[in-house]
Amino acid sequence: MKKYEFINHTADIGIKIGGGSLNELFENAAYALFDIIAELNKVRVKDFIKVKIEGEKIDELLADWLRELLYKFNGEGYLLKKFKVERAGEKGLEAEVGGEKLDLAQHSLKREVKAVTYHGLTVKRRDKRWEAQIIFDV
Amino acid sequence: MAEEYSLKKIDNYRWEIPKSEGMRVPGLLYADEKMIKTVQRDRTPLQVRNVAYLPGIVNYSLAMPDMHWGYGFCIGGVAATDPDEGGVISPGGIGFDINCGVRLMRTNLTLPDIKSKLYNLLSALFNNIPCGVGCTSSLRLSFHELKKVLKDGVKWAIKNGYGVEDDLERTEEYGAMAGADPERVSERALKRGKNQLGTLGSGNHFLEIDLVEKIYLPGIAEVFGLKKNQIAVVVHCGSRGLGYQVCDDYLARMRRATDKYKISLPDKQLSCTPISSPEGKDYFGAMASAANYAWTNRQIIMHWTRETFQKILNLSPKELKMDLVYDVCHNIGKFEDYVVNGKKRKLFVHRKGATRAFPAHHPQVPRIYQSVGQPVLVPGDMGTSSYVMVGTDLAIKETWGSTCHGAGRVMSRSKAVKAAKGRSIQKELEDKGILILAKGRRTIAEEMSDAYKDVDEVVEIVEKAGLSRRVARLKPLGVIKG
Repeated sequence: MKKYEFINHTADIGIKIGGGSLNELFENAAYALFDIIAELNKVRVKDFIKVKIEGEKIDELLADWLRELLYKFNGEGYLLKKFKVERAGEKGLEAEVGGEKLDLAQHSLKREVKAVTYHGLTVKRRDKRWEAQIIFDV
Repeated sequence: MAEEYSLKKIDNYRWEIPKSEGMRVPGLLYADEKMIKTVQRDRTPLQVRNVAYLPGIVNYSLAMPDMHWGYGFCIGGVAATDPDEGGVISPGGIGFDINCGVRLMRTNLTLPDIKSKLYNLLSALFNNIPCGVGCTSSLRLSFHELKKVLKDGVKWAIKNGYGVEDDLERTEEYGAMAGADPERVSERALKRGKNQLGTLGSGNHFLEIDLVEKIYLPGIAEVFGLKKNQIAVVVHCGSRGLGYQVCDDYLARMRRATDKYKISLPDKQLSCTPISSPEGKDYFGAMASAANYAWTNRQIIMHWTRETFQKILNLSPKELKMDLVYDVCHNIGKFEDYVVNGKKRKLFVHRKGATRAFPAHHPQVPRIYQSVGQPVLVPGDMGTSSYVMVGTDLAIKETWGSTCHGAGRVMSRSKAVKAAKGRSIQKELEDKGILILAKGRRTIAEEMSDAYKDVDEVVEIVEKAGLSRRVARLKPLGVIKG
């Protein structure tokens, strides 16, 4: 399976994500989010930020992780493309993310992602792989 | 999540989802035979069913004819809850773009007045009104000033020179919702809001120069200040990043509240809390603040539009007479009075992609429209018409004074982009006499007419079902988009 793929939704954008571990699943989901927002080949990895999220429920943790990263863009202007999740599980998440500040002269944005929704949100383990589904409001 | 629902035809325009386990009331969908088939292709009816689970919901979980699959509530969803019966408030029933809405301005102009200058006019508007992903405003507000906007709404704008006193009466809630509490808005939301006031944004938001093409109810059109062949302007946008952040913050808080108040729901996006709970009161204060921001946003965009028209066409404000006809919100939650089973009750009405449509003599309709009812603005997609409608008494009885808000999507954005491949949507629109300026080519493809239901059909169902009546039809001449 691909790292992520789009699923059909009439008004918004849904993605299905896969990963060999929870860490990888979370990394792939983050990459997908920024891939929806901007042309990532033009983004350089210059700044690194630590992210820490508390939470017990895995599906909500995935939503919270993406919400936090979306705020890094919408609120602080970071375009991110490098994601290293050190730990993700029932005791929360710790990660380091990398990218650079948005510069409209250099970067091209694809679309506005308004928010991460909880509608149809799932995180499941299938054999040795993890799969998740999430819908963004665009 | 159970995937079943059954659908019972009541009449040509009404379909019921009978109460099943978990539902507190039945669902009621407004559609004709053709439309009901379209909406059954996705999970819209299931979402109507899910909303019926909300504690304190009264009579029905409703869906207007422009309904389509959303998240939590369907788009076009309406639900009233009774605070005295444990009724809840659900941020997902209002949406991320709090007070996304539409305003319509009339002018003294007709087509010959602008025909040769349409491109100049449009490109000046495109320059003067920030639009596109990540756009920011020339206005930069301190947190202190921003909180005044959140509290006072359009009154703040007028005090600061953006518009005239007369605009207040022509805005739903007179441009400021009571109960706004800026202290309930997070720092993150404030940070996102301080440099976006007066921006259009992207996606389906737009500013359009229109021609009044047809009048259906001349008497009412006259009261609205509309006549055939007149030039009008429509603005569609909302509360920008501030509103999205308010919804996001409170949805996260509601997840915990839903557990705390032992509310059982089939979809996490419906997370809610009793209106009378501390969480409910906080969310209402923040939501009303975001709504006031959105009205102020559209007010400032209107002011810049007036300035641009005056400059390009070399007209005085009096000659142009670009008066606000009305401003409506279509993502909102409000306390309103209704008679239920013979008793007067104050209900909390969620409108998610639905427009308030109060009829003549309703106490909340402004003085100038008392004799006819409030204008209802229904924008179509950028290649077809928009409609001005008026509310009915039946809508008060059946849909908490609500009606449709637009055409409603039928095609996903990615499908639309695929369908647009190899075509120039811009050129196709030009052939129809519609100029378009957009920041992103992708936006044009995603928003093309094929991606939407036929707005003519939507308003016809609305009218035949008796929820509102057509007053005028507008045809787009020029559109700017993000």
